[in-house]
Amino acid sequence: MHARILGLAAAAACLAMPVYAAVVLADAAGSYTISPASSSIRFTIGKAGGGGFNGAFSHFKGTIRIDNGDVGRSKVDLTIYPESVGTGQGRIDAFLRSDAVFDAANSPEIQFRSTSVTRTGDSTALVTGQLTARGRTSTEKFTAELDGLKAGTIKFHVTGKVLRSRYGMDVGTPLYSNVVDFDMTLTGRKG
Amino acid sequence: MQSITNTPTRYGWATILLHWLIGILFIGQFALGFLTVRLTSQRAAFELIQLHKSLGFLLLGLIILRVAWRLGNAAPRLPPSVGALERCTAPLAHLALYAFQVALPLSGWALVSVSTLEIPTMPFDLFVMPNLPLAESDAGESFWASAHWYLAYAGIALVTLHVAAALRHHFMLRDGVLMRMITPSSAGE
Repeated sequence: MHARILGLAAAAACLAMPVYAAVVLADAAGSYTISPASSSIRFTIGKAGGGGFNGAFSHFKGTIRIDNGDVGRSKVDLTIYPESVGTGQGRIDAFLRSDAVFDAANSPEIQFRSTSVTRTGDSTALVTGQLTARGRTSTEKFTAELDGLKAGTIKFHVTGKVLRSRYGMDVGTPLYSNVVDFDMTLTGRKG
Repeated sequence: MQSITNTPTRYGWATILLHWLIGILFIGQFALGFLTVRLTSQRAAFELIQLHKSLGFLLLGLIILRVAWRLGNAAPRLPPSVGALERCTAPLAHLALYAFQVALPLSGWALVSVSTLEIPTMPFDLFVMPNLPLAESDAGESFWASAHWYLAYAGIALVTLHVAAALRHHFMLRDGVLMRMITPSSAGE
């Protein structure tokens, strides 16, 4: 009896949703491991007088779990190793790794643990979670857009703004904006 | 009533104020410059360098004002007791001091302009100071960094000479040359 009601509800939900979304839910469910080789975590910080400052992290790991039928129960965990920061300018990299910014020696990991996933469109969702860096935790929101799904591989384009002052990394403001613009491509492989 | 302008024998208060303000700021800048390269905290070093840049631009502004003021206001004559050698060398030393006051901040401005770190300059976080139209390069950065250091050392030598001369006038020659840079001329003189 319960099973039938749930089945009906699921069918109704599928009917109400656009085709793409239905496909996503049916096929995408499962656990994925983020593949660093086909993923990227880039960031930009605006600079006074125009222009910006670009960087990327090359070393990170994480998982994406898509819940069958209930996107809201999906989960994203991401660990970034700030030691791997790269800007193309060695002196700036050293500065970022130092205790002026990441203090990578004492805080080797930046962690994001999602707490809720809210669907915002056919292929978009708002991911809310706890970001921890340098011993401080704050709630952050990222926009995730499904960018590809095939044969056990799922790809998201994730963007979001983080205020670095929340993590004791406000050095250089207002020369450099307090807002860090993240632009990530996260590719997960099933299993 | 104290006079703003110089008289044939005394300095006016505008000259005196600019002299001491610039002198104190320059000595502070020497200390700050040496401190920034010796700090182990990268954050403190970054912040002090930004302060050093802000004070450098404040100094450059004050120096432009000072040079303009000096050009429109002849310095008072040296007392008759001053010897012939000093009469020749004192103006040269002062000219060198003025040259270094202009060159030192300009070399710092050139340094931040060519630096491949591309750190913007915002004096006292008030506005963005544009860079000088110089090509950015690692070679240019090390050249201007050296120039800034050598000028700073030359500046320290000149300031030391200047202070020693002032103390000599006051304590050995007792001719009032130091005192006239402390007490302004009066309208009655």
